Amino acid sequence: MEEREIWEALCSRHSTAVQEKLWRAQVAVAGLGGLGSNIAVSLARIGVGHLHLLDFDEVDLTNLNRQYYFLRHIGMKKTEALKEILLDINPYLDIQTDCRKVKGEDIPQLFQKDEYICEAFDRAEQKAMLVNGIREYFPDKVLVAGNGMAGYGKSNEIQTRKVGKNFYICGDGVSQSVPGRGLMAPRVALCAAHQANLITKLIIESEDI
Amino acid sequence: MIYLNGKQEEISEGISLAELVRERQYCLDYIAAELNGEIVPKQQYKDTILRSGDKLEIVSFVGGG
Repeated sequence: MEEREIWEALCSRHSTAVQEKLWRAQVAVAGLGGLGSNIAVSLARIGVGHLHLLDFDEVDLTNLNRQYYFLRHIGMKKTEALKEILLDINPYLDIQTDCRKVKGEDIPQLFQKDEYICEAFDRAEQKAMLVNGIREYFPDKVLVAGNGMAGYGKSNEIQTRKVGKNFYICGDGVSQSVPGRGLMAPRVALCAAHQANLITKLIIESEDI
Repeated sequence: MIYLNGKQEEISEGISLAELVRERQYCLDYIAAELNGEIVPKQQYKDTILRSGDKLEIVSFVGGG
């Protein structure tokens, strides 16, 4: 498939003006689990041109109840597995991967180039670490975090909330993953869609430089 | 009186952010706090004195993603 054909197909759906903005945007997805894999796939489908994928982990069988991987990816690094999936959707995307655990002191260097950052980690302390670091070092970058999406039902309790300038949180704020009420594809994807949908809106409505 | 997560709350005069976090039983490792729209680094919690009219957002993260 030629790049021009994919470009024209995207423009026919989104308009050229919108597509040019999406194609120029640089978005980081930190954590490639149920949230991050679904966010990245959504953004890849609409032709967000520059994606930065970060995760230290490998795909395992218990991930497949909610994460956008297939059986053939088990044992692969999530960064590599997801990159393969995204390039199957659009081989002309610019995808940068970092297979590593994000630490506070790495944040200034790791996220320097990204304009939009999706927090999509699994553990609460990792989420807090990333949010504190990004807000401290990069208050001018857009940060969209996910918080509270375990279990099922209660779709309308998943919400998008603006916390401060350039800082948003999606989720219900309370539903943590516990044994017997864990993370499941429908509700995690719902929260991921909130995050991806907000990023989409912010890119399209951003001022031209 | 301050606005904590959008709600009016009475607080003790001269209380620090560190004391409020302890009093409200937030787990320090799981939170991010924004005071009047700016993040407060954790090492500054004890020196950050809350004043009447302050808008404080304390985001408490739960596991799952």
